[in-house]
Amino acid sequence: MWNTKKSGFLLLLLFLVVLVIGINAGEVAAVWEKAVNICLSCVGIG
Amino acid sequence: MMWALRRWVQSAATVLSNAYALFPFTRNIYQGKLKSVCVPGLNCYSCPAATGACPLGSLQTIFANIRPSFKAGNFHIGLYVLGMLGITGSLVGRMPCAWVCPFGFLQELIHKIPSRKIEIPHWMIYIKYGFLALFVILLPLIVVDGLGYGTTWFCKYVCPTGTLEAGIPMLILQPQLRELAGLLYLNKIAILIVFLVLMVFIRRPFCRTVCPLGAIYSFFNKVSVFRMVHHPDTCVLCKECYKGCPMGVRFYEGANQPDCIRCLKCMQESCKFDAISYEFAGLPVKEEKAESAKSP
Ligand code: SF4
Ligand code: SF4
Repeated sequence: MWNTKKSGFLLLLLFLVVLVIGINAGEVAAVWEKAVNICLSCVGIG
Repeated sequence: MMWALRRWVQSAATVLSNAYALFPFTRNIYQGKLKSVCVPGLNCYSCPAATGACPLGSLQTIFANIRPSFKAGNFHIGLYVLGMLGITGSLVGRMPCAWVCPFGFLQELIHKIPSRKIEIPHWMIYIKYGFLALFVILLPLIVVDGLGYGTTWFCKYVCPTGTLEAGIPMLILQPQLRELAGLLYLNKIAILIVFLVLMVFIRRPFCRTVCPLGAIYSFFNKVSVFRMVHHPDTCVLCKECYKGCPMGVRFYEGANQPDCIRCLKCMQESCKFDAISYEFAGLPVKEEKAESAKSP
């Protein structure tokens, strides 16, 4: 049976792996690049 | 006590997420290294004071650029952002909505304005999953231009946080942008005004019906390390928890419902019958109650 007491930790581990894969794929730079330029969509003009 | 603590944490999180104080001089947004980290709440990265990235905006951008990214051999599919959201969700579920989201904080403050309060029909809480599926995932992925670039649909057509934090201040700081303000801008301003008005009458209307970030965190509520616990043996169904809940959750119908943001108000202040507690990794946590909640 699925142990709900452990589920949080298992998911935590899974998402840690997901995060590390994302970092290795160079996604940190992609997020930074978007976040340091004014987003015209957010402002509502593009 | 817990209530006052939460107000302090909310205030501190709002200030920390928007701590770039030089923007009146640079007339631009912060461009430092911190911008590569997503804040846990909804906080627009085009806000001139923002210190971090918005998780929803970052996700949409990666989805909208997925084809060019694959063509360039980069294979960016959003794992970094999903990892950050998943780690937070696995630990505490939807708790960031109550404790660190600036837009959630704003809604609670505006709801304090004395007025007749209105309850929304329960089915409306499911609308946010539609916004997540359509505006954050599917439309940015599917609708693309000739070069394969999509757009950030939620930011462009809906997000009132972006309008409030970026739309209004950036047009003040950079007058040349005003010439570009047209129908899109009016649409976003109208959505912002509608929600600002609704906040007076309805508890957290945006979080409950629209917020895709809350929708993502809500998937973790039942499985996270931190969880709320309901004790049906002591619950007398007085419904005080529901009356005081900032999200309109009927806690007595079950703990860890998708809209519970773990603010702990029901446990600390509303329930006089010790029918609510929380646990960490399955271990019950004993807490001193607020004075007002001690005797039935
Ligand atoms: S306030 Fe406590 S006793 Fe009353 S309905 Fe809620 S959980 Fe049950
Ligand atoms: S159910 Fe309780 S902990 Fe959850 S949001 Fe409502 S008052 Fe806060």
